[in-house]
Amino acid sequence: MAEQQPVSTNGRAGGDDASNGVLEQLTDDQLRWIYQIMRRIRRFEETAEEAFRAAKMRGALHFYIGEEATATGVCAALDDGDFITSTHRGHGHCIAKGARMDKMMAELFGRSTGYCGGKGGSMHIADIELGNLGANGIVGAGIPIATGAALGSKLRKDGKVTVAFFGDGAGPTGAFHEGVNVAATMNLPAVFVCENNQYGMATHADFANAAAIHNRGPAYGIPSASIDGNDIFEVYATAKTAIDRARRGEGPTLIEARTYRQKGHTVLDQKNYRTKEEIAEWVARDPIERFVTAVNESERLDEDDFQAIDGQIECEIEHAVAFAEASPWPTVDVIERDVYVE
Amino acid sequence: MAVTTPQAPAPETATREIFMSEALREAIDEEMTRDPTVFVVGEEVGVWGGAYAVTQGLLEKWGPDRIVDTPIAEAAIAGLGIGAALTGSRPVAEFMYSDFMGIAMDQIVNQAAKNRYMFGGKAKLPLTYRAPFGAGTGNAAQHTQSLEAWFAHVPGLKVITASTPYDAKGLLKSAIREDNVVIMFEHKAIYAMRGHVPEGEYLVPIGVADVKREGDDVSVITYARQTHHALEAAEQLAAEGISVEVVDIRSLYPLDTDTVLRSVRKTHRAVVLYEAVRFGGFGAEIASQIQELAFDDLDAPVLRVGAAHAPVPFSEPLEQASFPDTAQVVGAIRQSLQGVY
Ligand SMILES: Cc1ncc(C[n+]2csc(CCOP(=O)(O)OP(=O)(O)O)c2C)c(N)n1
Ligand SMILES: [Mg+2]
Repeated sequence: MAEQQPVSTNGRAGGDDASNGVLEQLTDDQLRWIYQIMRRIRRFEETAEEAFRAAKMRGALHFYIGEEATATGVCAALDDGDFITSTHRGHGHCIAKGARMDKMMAELFGRSTGYCGGKGGSMHIADIELGNLGANGIVGAGIPIATGAALGSKLRKDGKVTVAFFGDGAGPTGAFHEGVNVAATMNLPAVFVCENNQYGMATHADFANAAAIHNRGPAYGIPSASIDGNDIFEVYATAKTAIDRARRGEGPTLIEARTYRQKGHTVLDQKNYRTKEEIAEWVARDPIERFVTAVNESERLDEDDFQAIDGQIECEIEHAVAFAEASPWPTVDVIERDVYVE
Repeated sequence: MAVTTPQAPAPETATREIFMSEALREAIDEEMTRDPTVFVVGEEVGVWGGAYAVTQGLLEKWGPDRIVDTPIAEAAIAGLGIGAALTGSRPVAEFMYSDFMGIAMDQIVNQAAKNRYMFGGKAKLPLTYRAPFGAGTGNAAQHTQSLEAWFAHVPGLKVITASTPYDAKGLLKSAIREDNVVIMFEHKAIYAMRGHVPEGEYLVPIGVADVKREGDDVSVITYARQTHHALEAAEQLAAEGISVEVVDIRSLYPLDTDTVLRSVRKTHRAVVLYEAVRFGGFGAEIASQIQELAFDDLDAPVLRVGAAHAPVPFSEPLEQASFPDTAQVVGAIRQSLQGVY
């Protein structure tokens, strides 16, 4: 234990050492996959917001717009059978792990064809077969669950890795400490990915966390990294190193990805706790635009590639909404079903 | 024992119609004015103004030493309340949702509730916990529970809940002045309900039920939002000549058994109505007390109306059908009158 990996310290948002050369190592198919996933997340949420504003759905919707590179970069480095745990802001993780948008949209619409048959809604989408162990309404709660999945993998020797996604708001929770500490003491195949989008509701990450989350790795004797979460290449490279390490049985890594939620905390949030300038600054570092610019500069994919993907996603989105709207509501006889295995 | 209706509080004082959330805010604000050791602590109570806007504007008025924003740390919030209370402050600690009290359960149940007793009566905890609860908001299974029975079960805790802005303000002020640990559950579906609240100072005592509507044929014993379903049911049935009495217990512990029994001895029939999962819920305690203490007065078994045996589902038609509504209350009252089970 106690092998330390240097913590990258830069606060810059531009491409940097960790992302250098990553683009070149990725295949065209991988680049297309990355673009497709990030655009799916963006379009799924933009569409969900429209539906919410048209009163077609209810409840709490937490948008991931602006953070797409984090989930996408991490999941790009995972194998299909690997596991993730997610958060209340879970659409991005879900899509990046391969979820179907029609079943997600139907869930948001509360329909019986949704991922959870309408019982869970936006905050509880899970797809165990895809390795998505669930979004979560309880901040921090996914962290010990990820540790448990990693313990299971270690005991079963199934070679799988589990990633826990969580926000900067989960840094202060007891669940964070317990989950990360146990994973470190047991040397489990887990990767803890903090999505530091600067705020938890109106609370700034620096107000909530006495010490930066990426600085806590040494306290648990595990490597930790601080990265630009809006740089898909840096996210991918860092996640790949951590996931490979975990798969080799060398234990967990803690990654803090700096990113930004471009939208309010929920779809209803109109509070004033951040400046227009700050939002504009981060919108200018939009992860999807940066990816497109980098790829264009490298002359790897061309406009036709992007347009083909965009066109396909529009079809998927149209289908998802039509599917959701045409789907039946669940009937009340299912209320007490699925509470137990019967 | 005060028999007030929400529509007609103390007539000698001027009243206004305000939201339940405003009534709660006034209670906190007035008690902060009255006692400089009172302070508020919790997640997003300051800059955000509280997830349900109860503490809106209080940070601007009182500053960060008395409206204390915390990180997401429910066990710490519960403990901050305990430590500060033990050492001379009078905290009002907020859980953003009562569902999150699960994280703080040790601090609340093993520490707050038991300190005084374990220490041989030498400690005093003037501590109020506030927590929104209840379903109907589309927030799914981890943000909609009614867990009040967990806490009413623990000696050392007092548990209160209001159905009207008037009661909310008076009860919360009493709670803040109490030298005991009081948990106030606030139903989130009625924060935006308006009601008459006098301009002047008043308290609603803890441990005193309120007959919200008098009647002769059946007693509905209930609390919080379900009181309104009971009142609506009573109104509907009045048109058929059925006279329903509605008792809002307001305190789960201590429970005003006298008022409950007085009502049942008059009507001889009782329907116990609550929004928590029916099985093992607080209504079982009420029903049990009634049959133990008023068995000979009963003309029908005591009925319980509660929520389905399931987590609260997200989808609207499922959620709405999962907990009692007015129609279910009407049905239960008819059942009680017909003696058909
Ligand atoms: C244990 C717990 N406490 C409080 C909340 C209410 N809540 C939901 S999201 C949130 C902010 C979370 O911030 P962060 O972890 O940074 O995630 P983000 O919303 O920024 O993605 C809060 C306080 C909760 N869901 N669970
Ligand atoms: Mg955050």
